[in-house]
Amino acid sequence: MLSSHLSALQVVIPLLAAPLCAIFRKPLLTWLIALAVGLACSINSIAILQQVRESGEIVYALGGWAAPWGIEYRIDSANAFIVLIISFIYLIGIIYARQSVSSEVDEKSQCWLYTAWILCFTGLMGITVSGDVFNVFVFLEVSSLSTYILISFGQDKRCLTAAIRYLIMGTIAATFYLIGIGFLYSLTGTLNMADLASRLPDLASQNTVAVAFGFVVIGLGIKMALFPLHAWLPNAYTYAPNAVTAFLAGTATKAAVYVFMRLAFAIFPDDYFSDFTSTHAIILALGIISAVATSAVAIFQDDLKRLFAWSSIGQIGYIAVGIGLASTAGVAASFLHLFNHALMKTAIFMAIGGLFVVSGTTTMAALKDAGRRMPWTMAAILIGGLSLIGVPFTTGFISKWYLVSAALEQNYWWLAGLILLGSLVTAAYVWKIVETAYFRKDPDAKVIRQEAPLSLLVPTWILVIGNIYFGINAQFTGSAATQAATAILSLTP
Amino acid sequence: MNSATALQLFCLIAPLLAVVLIATVGRAFPMLYETINALVAVLTFVLVLILYSSLGEVPIHTLVLFEPFSGVAIALQAEPLGILFALMASFLWIVTSIYSFGYMRGHGEKNLARFNLFFAIAISSAIGVALAANGFTLFLFYEALTLSTFPLVTHAGTEKAKRAGRIYLFLLLGTSVGMLLFALIWTWMLTGTLDFRAGGILDSDISKTTLNILLILYVFGIGKAALMPFHRWLPSAMVAPTPVSALLHAVAVVKAGVFAILKICIYIFGIELLQELEVHRYLAFVAAFTIVATAIIALRKDNLKARLAYSTIGQLSYIVLGALVANAAGIIGGGLHMLMHGFGKITLFFGAGAILVATHKTEISQMRGIGRRMPVTMTAFFIGCVAIIGAPPTGGMWSKWNLLLGTANTSDWLLLAALIIGSLLSAAYLMPIAVRAFYLPDKKEDSTIKEAPKTILIAMMISAAGCVVLFFAPDFAFDLLQKIQLPK
Repeated sequence: MLSSHLSALQVVIPLLAAPLCAIFRKPLLTWLIALAVGLACSINSIAILQQVRESGEIVYALGGWAAPWGIEYRIDSANAFIVLIISFIYLIGIIYARQSVSSEVDEKSQCWLYTAWILCFTGLMGITVSGDVFNVFVFLEVSSLSTYILISFGQDKRCLTAAIRYLIMGTIAATFYLIGIGFLYSLTGTLNMADLASRLPDLASQNTVAVAFGFVVIGLGIKMALFPLHAWLPNAYTYAPNAVTAFLAGTATKAAVYVFMRLAFAIFPDDYFSDFTSTHAIILALGIISAVATSAVAIFQDDLKRLFAWSSIGQIGYIAVGIGLASTAGVAASFLHLFNHALMKTAIFMAIGGLFVVSGTTTMAALKDAGRRMPWTMAAILIGGLSLIGVPFTTGFISKWYLVSAALEQNYWWLAGLILLGSLVTAAYVWKIVETAYFRKDPDAKVIRQEAPLSLLVPTWILVIGNIYFGINAQFTGSAATQAATAILSLTP
Repeated sequence: MNSATALQLFCLIAPLLAVVLIATVGRAFPMLYETINALVAVLTFVLVLILYSSLGEVPIHTLVLFEPFSGVAIALQAEPLGILFALMASFLWIVTSIYSFGYMRGHGEKNLARFNLFFAIAISSAIGVALAANGFTLFLFYEALTLSTFPLVTHAGTEKAKRAGRIYLFLLLGTSVGMLLFALIWTWMLTGTLDFRAGGILDSDISKTTLNILLILYVFGIGKAALMPFHRWLPSAMVAPTPVSALLHAVAVVKAGVFAILKICIYIFGIELLQELEVHRYLAFVAAFTIVATAIIALRKDNLKARLAYSTIGQLSYIVLGALVANAAGIIGGGLHMLMHGFGKITLFFGAGAILVATHKTEISQMRGIGRRMPVTMTAFFIGCVAIIGAPPTGGMWSKWNLLLGTANTSDWLLLAALIIGSLLSAAYLMPIAVRAFYLPDKKEDSTIKEAPKTILIAMMISAAGCVVLFFAPDFAFDLLQKIQLPK
């Protein structure tokens, strides 16, 4: 009985939990609620993936109203994978948050932070499972609004301008998306994804479809921080509370990437993305430029959070390259990197949060001698960094392997070369960190060991170990990503 | 899975035992870390020895550890060339551990736990390279070797060490990620496998242009082989403590590079296919150029370790040349030279370290007459010189002989000339060091100099004796290398 409602539960559980937090308003209690949500949704996400693998696509009519009148949730291998990623990152993020948040946010506001956090999670889940383009918009707004709130909990006053900036950009993005689907609705009279997919091919030659496509691509491009629409991201990541940054880095842009892929590959007609408007070439070019150039920008940052924020834009670039290749191998590489990047980047931001608890700052200066003062925290950043470069035995290597072979499959030698060049640029900023942390001017000075608290280290290291494990044994991630890619590419009738 | 198959895994993880021990035990007594390393080194060598003795007796199957994606596995498969490399690396690790007892204390090095820990990881990675069953596994351990030796190169933590570390990483990671990885993925796309198979996996159906480009990518992409112009990392790495220079930058790391080139020539391309490729000849010329050019540079270096480093680059190119001439004699010569040069060069580096500990001298021009104060050190050093030059009674003769034979087969006289000139030049840059030490009068202020600590001398005697023993008993290595399946 319950098993038929799994997909709805994934959204309903957090949605009901959020008001509970607002009612109780006790920091510990709200945290426990958030944790319970995380546990329930993580277990649920595994069940969903299992169900999808066993019996194929899940179609769930919300409230018993069949589509196209009612809202439909549709989960196949593609979004089941994304649901899994986001749920687990949320769970680990919440475990981590307790101490990290207490050190940054005052007692009274904490309950609101958790409320917003749960809402943000609700939004991301909704975006991912929904089979209705308007419903996606609604959840997009839910997640965005709560993200603005989350960012403004930061300690630094500048978090407010960061939040406003994101609010403006995010609103433009949502509006663009809304205009896009509005056009589609006016043409087809439906908002259901499957219906759209079956009706659009006949209308493909109409200019309205092209315009709608343009609006949707740009709207989602902003949400996923695709270069050059990334301007909101560095400040937002830098000034948000550490735990929030860790969560956002692993999840926020991912949901947008997923919707982008769903629309580009499964809803718009087959040749739309690849032939008609040659959008794929543009996405590919933007992706690779971003992968190399924004990584280069990262080299010159002095604040660690800002540095890795820029690095995130670069990593989104790699994902965009996979999308731009528009092949099963390319899209699989993107899905794989969604997972892998969530693992490494969340771990890095968590470790930086640990650094902050000890040093009170996240600038390069906090890193001085960190290799000896806090070997475990530093090792987490280092392993994350190596993974970003794509060093063997880490997930980053597996991502690079998939992406490069996808590029070579289409004989894009230059692209494979540029991807590897991006790795070298990444190595430059990672090495800047290593040198600051592990080399000392005065080798004889006494060092006081001051490791980050265990409650921060343990979640960080769970991700680090995951990073290494999935770097050696990529059987699960590889097959899940390939299934996701096949699912998303073949939905079009 | 029979016991010999499982043994491969034990050989790989045995060195890591040292890591676990060093990380868990405190510093109960001063020499604890070195003792652990020495014991684990003996254990590793014994395991490799058992593996060697079971080669040909019992079938050794491929041991698949993980399969990250279908068709590409992390797997081990012992074959003759790899066993030779593993034997050499693990044996010389024992010798180096003995040497470290005296050196690291005598020279007052710090952070010994970290040093010994990464040293053991590096050895494990080298054995991983040796036993790799496919190009993918080889690449993984190759990179692990680069990363684990980085903290050793920058051990001193000074500005100079930092700069050297940057060059080290940039060149080694850059070449391997930019070219080797690229070539491997390309090969995988073409053939669907990366397994090392007798006769090679690439076949002549593939366009010649592609194959030529692939060969170039492989040969330059394996930066550890230090072919010009990607050789700069090796002289930089010499800021490391002597045991690192000795074992890693004369034996494990650089040999991992040439070993990888040999493996790729034999088991990825296959020497028959290699001969059909136009570009193997040009690459052989690059190697020949490297041999002569580095010898000339070595002549002009006054710093002993720098001179030895350039000498190493040249000698590595002998092995690369052996692989690229693509015939049985060349391959055997290359394999032998891997071993012979290993013993010779480690002796020389031990000598350089001994001189540093005993006299604090680093420049050759200051080393006048020290042979009379340090007769044991300098005698061993002299034997090392002879081995590098390739003269009897040292094993270096056999490898140079086979390399000359292999090169003569190609009837490319220019290559042959380069080999001979290279050997003559090596005599010119090595001999004066020994001659100065014994024949020139020493300075008055040097009269207080005494021999280096005993453990250092013992280590040097073992490795120098090894050079001579290999002259009289090279059969085991010959037999081993002849087991490599080469097409007739």
